[in-house]
Amino acid sequence: MAELSAKTPCAGLLPVSAGGVTLSEVDAGVLTSLSPRRGRAEALGKALDASVGAKLPEVNRATGEAGSRVIWFGQGQYLLMGPDPAAALGAEAAVTDQSDAWAVVRLDGVAAEDVLARLVPLDLRAQSFAVGHTARSMLGHMSVSITRTDPDTFQIMAFRSMAKTLVHEIETAMKGVAARGAG
Amino acid sequence: MRITCPVCGERDRREFYYVGDAVALQRPDPDASDVVWDDYVHNRDNPAGVTRDLWYHEGGCGAWIVVTRNTITHEVLGTELASDVKEASA
Repeated sequence: MAELSAKTPCAGLLPVSAGGVTLSEVDAGVLTSLSPRRGRAEALGKALDASVGAKLPEVNRATGEAGSRVIWFGQGQYLLMGPDPAAALGAEAAVTDQSDAWAVVRLDGVAAEDVLARLVPLDLRAQSFAVGHTARSMLGHMSVSITRTDPDTFQIMAFRSMAKTLVHEIETAMKGVAARGAG
Repeated sequence: MRITCPVCGERDRREFYYVGDAVALQRPDPDASDVVWDDYVHNRDNPAGVTRDLWYHEGGCGAWIVVTRNTITHEVLGTELASDVKEASA
């Protein structure tokens, strides 16, 4: 029988660094999308709080911390990152396993904002995109989820099939920002 | 061009996919006459001025949006969720 080995989406691609900015892969654990049934968002929030101690975020916001995070993930959709979803959540929401479907990376560094400014059509500066803010937007031509998890750290998620392009795009921007800073 | 998504807020036009005339929200009854269906499928006004179009927030939250805009000035006059428009007309 074939011996299969599990590989992360960005295996062999990361980490990379340039100009004081580092791009590395995040092992996000179990990923679960939660789509509340009609009118049940509040009930889902309570069930989530009771089962995994996580709060349901507002639109464009994320709650929790590394290892147990909930991010707003689109119209009527949330993503639970880390904990196993409790069976009770199924009564309030459509619960779908998304583990292994997403490439999850983090961009660290003072110039991380400058790197993303080259790629994302949003104002991601701290005054308009603070810690705990999240957005569904585009990075280059890719649909992504972007969350500021710390003052100088962004979590970026793209479809797993786009992992290589995601790394290529961000690394190219990192080198461009680094070259400009050095000049 | 900037479009205000009713869910996400104001965003760049590149996040949105243009679908077509918002007439798609007024789909005729399955038993409607051939004339009604022909009109629904094929006939569109092409006004110089205010239009109502369906857009899809593809590079964003995934919402379907009715955008009212002016084809002469390119001004976006208003946006609303297609689901709200559909429910209001039901």
